[in-house]
Amino acid sequence: MSKRGTEILVGLFVLLGIAALVFLALRAANLSSFNGADTYTLTAKFDNIGGLKVRSPVRSAGVVVGRVTSIALDPKSYQGVARLDIDKSVQFPIDTSARILTAGLLGDQYIGLEAGGDEKMFAPGDTIKSTQSAVVLESLISQFLFNKAADAGGPSAPAANAPPAPSGAKK
Amino acid sequence: MEWIAALGRFALDILRSLGHHAAFFWELLRTLPVSLRRPHFAVVQVHALGNLSLLVILSSGLAVGFVLALQTYYALATYGAADSVGLVVNLSLVRELGPVVTALLFAGRAGTSLTAEIGLMKAGEQLAAMELMAVDPKSRVLAPRFIGGVVAMPILALLFSAVGILGAYVVAVLLIGLDPGNFWSIMENGVDVRRDLGNGIIKSIVFGVICSFVAVYQGFEAKATPEGVARATTRTVVISSLTVLAMDFVLTALMFSTR
Repeated sequence: MSKRGTEILVGLFVLLGIAALVFLALRAANLSSFNGADTYTLTAKFDNIGGLKVRSPVRSAGVVVGRVTSIALDPKSYQGVARLDIDKSVQFPIDTSARILTAGLLGDQYIGLEAGGDEKMFAPGDTIKSTQSAVVLESLISQFLFNKAADAGGPSAPAANAPPAPSGAKK
Repeated sequence: MEWIAALGRFALDILRSLGHHAAFFWELLRTLPVSLRRPHFAVVQVHALGNLSLLVILSSGLAVGFVLALQTYYALATYGAADSVGLVVNLSLVRELGPVVTALLFAGRAGTSLTAEIGLMKAGEQLAAMELMAVDPKSRVLAPRFIGGVVAMPILALLFSAVGILGAYVVAVLLIGLDPGNFWSIMENGVDVRRDLGNGIIKSIVFGVICSFVAVYQGFEAKATPEGVARATTRTVVISSLTVLAMDFVLTALMFSTR
């Protein structure tokens, strides 16, 4: 084969490889969302961050507006501190509240921001003051079971299967 | 007493062989700048090792993508998580299967041809003739082949992963009927460019170095007989496959253990 022919074929081969890399990076991975975009940082303290992870999404009205960049424990207040990178194009009022929510019943957890009505906007580096912790499913279930047991006539009565006791002490 | 001596001999043999490999590798690296001055030799090798391996790499990638998607679909559908098929296929291809399977195929398709070619050159005393003409066979014959292999391997691994994901798309979306939006968006959310794709590329480069070096070394050190060349070719496949698998475990432990 001629020298030039080989070089053209190798050039095509390398181009094919670059195309595969671009496909993997843009279409099949998250390079396109928020990696190069301008962001600013907010922090939020939660009593319990639940299953929140670094890189979990931050959503407002269901739209992804940022990512969690780090999670640490505040050594003084023993609260979980999450740092959020928010897209520069989105500004939030300073009375915005942050909640840790779950996508679906058992899905991944994310931070939901609910914009308030204040005129002033968060400056980069500010802390979100009103926060609501993650709902821990286990404590919910145990609470539910205890309530059931109490409804069914006090902790001594069998919690499940028992028909509603006519003389049960209603709470 | 005898078995202690045998054990010692065994250990010394391993050490000697390791040292020989290392010295050879160093000499090969030292010839790289010289041989890069005439890049056309390396380009020809990229063509021989890369372009001509495309068929086997692409068809294996497609088949692996098909099968992975089908099997993970059956497993995940039990838990109502069928939409994550794309993510599972993508992660396993980009992180592990892409580099490793490509390296195994590369050792079989390209490594053997390198070893046999160099071994036959040696058996035909072409290498000795070059040395007589004051041409260093390491920089004229070995280095371009080594460079060609190291360049071709990551490209092949990327193509393997990309084609595998397309294969998974065909099975999961076109045949089974999952929602294409979920297929792509769950994949995009779960795959990190630097952690997953970047580490996969690093792996494939390391495997390219391993496969090309083993093939070149075995060819150059082959006994100059038909039997010696045959044995060297076999050893190329066995040694590169085992080294790639062992190295993959080490790299995975280093890259993905803490996150």
